[in-house]
Amino acid sequence: MSPYVKAPKIRELGYELKVRDAMDRNLITVQPETPMSKVRGVLRSNRISGIPVIDKDKLVGVVCVEDLVNWLRAGADNCSVEEKMSKNVVTLYTDEPLIHAINKLEQYGFFHFPVLERENRVLAGTITREGIIRGLLKKLEIDYREEEIRHYRASHVFEDMIADKTSLIFQYYVVGQDFNRAGESASALKKTLKRLGTHPEIVRRAAIAVYEAEMNLVIFARSGEIIVKVDPNQIRIEVEDSGPGIPDIEKAMQPGYSTAPNWVRELGFGAGMGLNNIKKCVDEMNVTSTVGKGTRVEMYVATKKESVSYEVKGTG
Amino acid sequence: MNLAKIKEILKADLIVGSSLEREIKMICACDLMSDVLSCVQTRFSSLLLTNLIHPQTVRTAEIAEIPAICFMRGKEPQDLTMDLAKKNDIVLLSTSFSLYEASGRLYEEGLPGCSEYREAK
Ligand SMILES: Nc1ncnc2c1ncn2[C@@H]1O[C@H](COP(=O)(O)OP(=O)(O)OP(=O)(O)O)[C@@H](O)[C@H]1O
Ligand SMILES: [Mg+2]
Repeated sequence: MSPYVKAPKIRELGYELKVRDAMDRNLITVQPETPMSKVRGVLRSNRISGIPVIDKDKLVGVVCVEDLVNWLRAGADNCSVEEKMSKNVVTLYTDEPLIHAINKLEQYGFFHFPVLERENRVLAGTITREGIIRGLLKKLEIDYREEEIRHYRASHVFEDMIADKTSLIFQYYVVGQDFNRAGESASALKKTLKRLGTHPEIVRRAAIAVYEAEMNLVIFARSGEIIVKVDPNQIRIEVEDSGPGIPDIEKAMQPGYSTAPNWVRELGFGAGMGLNNIKKCVDEMNVTSTVGKGTRVEMYVATKKESVSYEVKGTG
Repeated sequence: MNLAKIKEILKADLIVGSSLEREIKMICACDLMSDVLSCVQTRFSSLLLTNLIHPQTVRTAEIAEIPAICFMRGKEPQDLTMDLAKKNDIVLLSTSFSLYEASGRLYEEGLPGCSEYREAK
């Protein structure tokens, strides 16, 4: 395998892109009856190493530098392309993934392949190593630009809005007891904050805090809601449920205290560390709860650059 | 140490993931998700060793930005777990060693735990 196929990103793009995205559509062809003496000029003036031979729209062969050299060596007698061309031509279709072209170039050691339309086998272009590299680079650049634009748009939202104060509000509805979906809100919020251009360390702290609170909601309550308010300077997160409530909040905050049922423990939760983790991740945290009514966890994370600490607070 | 070397040391199978080039700097060996969330301090460079094969393990790794998980005693996760790992670009391995044996082997090769790694910095 060629080294560039091993890179996972390139291989991924190789499946995403089609042969037609990277092929050269500039069709330079010769006919079977074209004299061999003309081939050299065509190769040279177009800076190519092979020419498809076409007979009434149909590909009948390829004449390449090697055929030319062999012909010259054998005395360069007067003959047509048809007599010297390679007739067993390996071709590709326009709709094949580009990775096939990359693999075939590797497998056969050729420098180019004719590309055909699948329906009618008409020649549509040629694919070369150069074309493949150009196609991959172009795609990489487009992907990069799109991500940059999305990022730019999001991180300038606050500046673009005309108001005395601008905030964004994201709401997530959480279903309790459903473990398969637990954590989806935290995951979604994490992606959203990233797109907003929030500092990665802030994103991480907010995501961990919301995840712990969301897990508590899922484990202890039947339903609830997460409301996130993003200001230019801080993120406020409110996780509210209509569950059983916490009788003794101080006790619940102690590391190791847990009333989680056994089935939850089997899934790796119930260490009694969740609320404590939240406290370490956020700048301010308030828990309010009424037994029989529900629980509300309110958290604040400052987003100003100066307040970013690279370590989670209070550990070690 | 990269994941390929770790896979070799643990004689592990690759379950999800295409590249094993990722560099791993520390190990988190644990069956408690809150511990995972509180102990992994440095992003993108730890491997989680755990017995828990359900989707929440991958979800936790996603939130904590852990790039790879290795399951113990030859356990193979459900489809849902694998799908979530694929979606989030998290590598999944499975070894026949127990948590203790796997941890010991990696520790011997010089891979620190997260609290030690922090001290060393
Ligand atoms: N939303 C809630 N509703 C009712 N009780 C709660 C809620 N959140 C926390 N608690 C109570 O507080 C205790 C401690 O919560 P904490 O998140 O710290 O630990 P845990 O959820 O039991 O375990 P871990 O978070 O480590 O998996 C819980 O066991 C539970 O009794
Ligand atoms: Mg909890």
